Amino acid sequence: MAKVSMTVNGAAASGEVEGRTLLVEFLRGPLGLTGTHVGCDTSQCGACVVHVNGEAVKACTMFAAEADGAEVRTIEGMANADGSLGVIQQAFQDHHGLQCGFCTPGMVMSAAALLKDNPKPTEAEVRKYLEGNICRCTGYHNIVKAIMAASGQDVSAIAAE
Amino acid sequence: MKAPDFRYERPASLSEALALLAEEDATPIAGGQSLMPMMNFRMAAPALLVDLNGLADLAGITAADGWLTIGAMTRYAALEGSAQVMEGVPLMARALPHIAHPAIRTRGTLGGSLALADPAAEMPAVLLALGGEVVVEGPGGPRTIAADDWATGLYETARAPGELVTAIRVPLAAPGQRFGFHELARRHGDYALAGVCIAATGDAVRVAFFAISDRPVRAPGAEAALATGDIDAAVAALADLPIDGDLHAGPDTKRHLAGVALRRAWAEATS
Repeated sequence: MAKVSMTVNGAAASGEVEGRTLLVEFLRGPLGLTGTHVGCDTSQCGACVVHVNGEAVKACTMFAAEADGAEVRTIEGMANADGSLGVIQQAFQDHHGLQCGFCTPGMVMSAAALLKDNPKPTEAEVRKYLEGNICRCTGYHNIVKAIMAASGQDVSAIAAE
Repeated sequence: MKAPDFRYERPASLSEALALLAEEDATPIAGGQSLMPMMNFRMAAPALLVDLNGLADLAGITAADGWLTIGAMTRYAALEGSAQVMEGVPLMARALPHIAHPAIRTRGTLGGSLALADPAAEMPAVLLALGGEVVVEGPGGPRTIAADDWATGLYETARAPGELVTAIRVPLAAPGQRFGFHELARRHGDYALAGVCIAATGDAVRVAFFAISDRPVRAPGAEAALATGDIDAAVAALADLPIDGDLHAGPDTKRHLAGVALRRAWAEATS
């Protein structure tokens, strides 16, 4: 067992982990941040995407020990300070960008990473960027629409079927 | 947690890392985007995991004498964001977006891909087509290995036990040099069913296929045919290429797909 310390959503967090403890296990277990989901556990599905030092990573494919000293942001850190939904979260609600919600934390975190590098992506760029995030409910249309809306673009012409 | 437990060390210097790697059953971890799933499936179970992420000196890109030297710990996302790579090594630039997904390319490293030598991976084939080099360092000091001599079998390389990949060297594109890249996969981001890289300088053409054998392979018959611009003869020459099937496609399917990929990559190189 080794001690790890990191900053998670702006607050100091630490705990004892085994070498093999995954970052996502550390977040969901000892830290109780169960918003980050585990879908496939093999970096295919993207439900576990979090930001480590500002970059999107799949938290099932990083050991907690590797995040020692890092700045981690999870879906719990995406809301505004007063608890209201952040811009991307609100857009997902407004445009019905989720059904069962399982993939949503990863979708929101990937969307945030995309918009940080590319504040006004085209629809094609959004679809391409989401290739590592799998949704089995929505057919992606409303997810794409929500992300386009969150970037401040007019989405009235984007099909919703 | 699914991996068997292991001792975890994060050295702060190359010499410290090499000392740790000399220990029994030690494995280096770079981005870990292939190694971690292998550990979670228990296909790999090192006793000691040596995390290279503390070795900042191993990341970075420098140009000198017509070559780009890329530190082994340079991540794919950093390569995608590098003007030196995008402009100076167009073949690598073309291949990078095909590697898995964005949230994997933020962790995965060029050195890790070369060290693992997955036969379906893009970067070892890119290096082979470009005639690049891999720099390794071990207890005996550094040495440079040509891309043609790098992969020696399935997940096997010319790297000796205890040696670490420290850098990858690629020649900068020459004026008039042409490149083509194409891969066929069931879904974008999946490992390829067949893929090919072409680097053509005048009548010198290098063709490197990936995902059709136990390692990336050059296709001498196709290279000779493409030197005269004859794509039909190049595709026909693939009949002589040893091709292995895998879980998803048999040798005949792979040979067909290799031909399709070659035609598309050649069209790109000559457009």
